[in-house]
Amino acid sequence: MSSEHSEGFPKKHIVGFIASIVLTIVAAWAALSSGLPTPWIITAIMVLAVIQACIQLFMFMHMTETDSGGIQVGNMLQAFFVAAVVVAGSIWTMSFGYSHNHDGGGNDAEMENHEDMDH
Amino acid sequence: MENFINFLVDDFFVTGEPLIYGAMVSMALVSIAIVFVLTYFKKWGYLWREWLTTVDHKKIGIMYIIAAIAMLFRGGVDGLMMRIQLTLPGMEFLDSQHYNEVFTTHGTIMIIFMAMPFLIGLMNYIIPLQIGARDVAFPFLNAVSFWSFAFGALLFNISFVIGGSPDAGWTNYAPMAGENLNPGPSQNYYLMGLQVAGIGTLATGINFLVTILKMRAPGMKMMRLPIFTWSSLITSIIIVFAFPILTVALALMTVDRIFGSHFFTLTGEGMPMMWANLFWLWGHPEVYIVILPAFGIFSEVISTFARKQLFGYKAMVISMVIIAGLSFVVWVHHFFTMGSGAAVNSFFSVTTMLIAVPTGVKIFNWLGTMYKGRIRFDTPMLWSLAFIPCFVIGGVTGVMLAMAAADYQYHNTYFLVAHFHYVLIAGTVFGCFAGLTFWYPKMFGHKMNEKLGKISFWFFMIGFNVCFLPMYFLGFAGMPRRTYTIEPEWMPLSVTASVGAALMAIGFAVFVYNIYYSFRYSPRETQGDAWDGRALEWATTTPVPYYNFATVPKIEGPEAYWIMKSKGETTYDKEKVEPIHMPSDSGIPFIMMAFMFVGSFGLVWEWIWMAIAGLIGVLVCMFIRSFDYDDGFHVSVEEIKETEEKARGGEK
Ligand code: HEM
Ligand SMILES: [Cu+2]
Repeated sequence: MSSEHSEGFPKKHIVGFIASIVLTIVAAWAALSSGLPTPWIITAIMVLAVIQACIQLFMFMHMTETDSGGIQVGNMLQAFFVAAVVVAGSIWTMSFGYSHNHDGGGNDAEMENHEDMDH
Repeated sequence: MENFINFLVDDFFVTGEPLIYGAMVSMALVSIAIVFVLTYFKKWGYLWREWLTTVDHKKIGIMYIIAAIAMLFRGGVDGLMMRIQLTLPGMEFLDSQHYNEVFTTHGTIMIIFMAMPFLIGLMNYIIPLQIGARDVAFPFLNAVSFWSFAFGALLFNISFVIGGSPDAGWTNYAPMAGENLNPGPSQNYYLMGLQVAGIGTLATGINFLVTILKMRAPGMKMMRLPIFTWSSLITSIIIVFAFPILTVALALMTVDRIFGSHFFTLTGEGMPMMWANLFWLWGHPEVYIVILPAFGIFSEVISTFARKQLFGYKAMVISMVIIAGLSFVVWVHHFFTMGSGAAVNSFFSVTTMLIAVPTGVKIFNWLGTMYKGRIRFDTPMLWSLAFIPCFVIGGVTGVMLAMAAADYQYHNTYFLVAHFHYVLIAGTVFGCFAGLTFWYPKMFGHKMNEKLGKISFWFFMIGFNVCFLPMYFLGFAGMPRRTYTIEPEWMPLSVTASVGAALMAIGFAVFVYNIYYSFRYSPRETQGDAWDGRALEWATTTPVPYYNFATVPKIEGPEAYWIMKSKGETTYDKEKVEPIHMPSDSGIPFIMMAFMFVGSFGLVWEWIWMAIAGLIGVLVCMFIRSFDYDDGFHVSVEEIKETEEKARGGEK
């Protein structure tokens, strides 16, 4: 497993490094002190996260310099699947149909809640 | 000064509990004894050179297994203490606080520091041998993994004498585990212990994923991999995708507790249930992480001792792939009672029942493998045979729990406790015992004694059923989980369960004694193939040379060694020996993780200066490693020939 120490200035890595830090700071700023409406904050963070993931994958993880394409595709698909499950699944289970109505409770209250959510 | 002493007595050391004083004394004595023995026999250098700095997957595997057995002992003692307390109504063996601590450490230790390391230890030893590799893909990282597990376990385990054990259950639910209801260091031990160990597990997942995909011998196609390797591959994939969730959840709660944020708090718009959600997003895949490798072990053992090729290999592989996907979409079944709407609960009921299907398929694979086989009843096979019916009981009751409406009745009762012990003990623990006895001759050059093995098996297996079967009925009778006293009407079944626990303890004691006895008296292996094996690990000599294979065989089909045997081939072809490239040992993993331990200990006590100091140590180690251009060394042809001829002298 002899590793080749490639000569020259690691431009790609430096750019990726700075870009990832900037993206993180922008995301933190958006959440903490941008004053944007909440849906905008969430959208912005999501978009930044996707860009961040791409930077990591292409600048550092050598996505494109590989001979085992099939494996990479499989792993990426599983990664997207899990990421979607974690985000969408958490939102779904933690909000929809969750009854905040503790006095009386019961099915009726839950149905009402559902309707609130749907509209 | 007086302040300092007060701090030591009131906060730092746990005082006032006779049981804990006893533990302190015995721990001190054992430590002194170890230091004395090492010094007296001048073994410090040996320990450092051969074990603490090793990157050899075989030695790392053995260290994992030894640590896991020690943890099984600690967790088992916790289990027994709970059983004593629950035997009779009105027992005053443990008070409620102490009981809470004991079930928390019991559950956490058994899952994180016993089950996983035991299986990872077996994987470490066996996988490279099964695929014809000379080590894992990243040997240095492998050592980092082990030491992060070891120091994480140490951190978690010292909590009961220094600072106090965590007491919010192995699930560590917020808000119970939050700063408000649970101030002080004890919960931090849970968070940091798991965090440090989790780094290692994640690295192991990556390591084995790459190893199995990239390091296979020529001709070892994916569909020729031994089934244990397949199960480990799937396990690695689940680890890689599940553990980051735990890492994040632990980090968020740590920030909550130490720096006062509000992710899971009751106030400040925190969401306590989000902890449960994230915990089980990791937690359910985790149960497959500890069961799939065990399935793989049973498959290897059953096929070897039934003397038949595994029945339905393809079906096995496909079911595991399906399990890997489904295991990420069932987590809500752990909190049906949270009160999500009907749609949420129904969805997760259905997915949970679905995942039982591929699991059921595997049962038929094992039965099919044994059908018309000429079965040998050695100890590894006994564990595997007992596994099948016991695991079916655990699985069927699992499907009962999967029905959301019914779960409102079962939830947090002893029915649940019975269920998960039936899957964890009959699945994982039996699997570890089967695997260890099966591969023991390969690892240590002698078999475990059969007679003692059978005695320990019968005690443990009968004890297990006597202990946990009654718990299903205790659950029906309304006995809640995590309760420290029992009602008189539960007494008959409780006494039965405690008798069973005692039988299990005897079984475990005999198992450990067997290790010593076999070391002293078992006949030594003269060749590598102790059980007339089928997969490639049996092709190596015993003891396995550190480079594993002098010449890597060309694989021509499934059950590689079976084919080689029929052709009279070995892993030593005099003509083809070439210098072998091996990685160098390194002390950095040990030192780095020792710093990690110091830093984490600082965070536990919220001594930020200490946390920063530890972190700097870790970073320095990483820095040194980054500029370390040591590319390993080559084993000369002469040395290989000499080793092989010596090892193979006994053959023929
Ligand atoms: C050696 C025999 C064992 C005995 C006698 C035993 C006994 C018990 C008892 C009495 C409880 C607690 C109940 C309660 O108050 O809710 C418990 C909980 C638990 N056990 Fe075991 N157990 C044993 C082995 C194991 C093994 C091998 C595992 C896992 C691989 C395991 C995993 C757990 C877990 C995860 C919990 C839940 C802890 C919690 O509520 O947070 N146990 N065990
Ligand atoms: Cu689950």
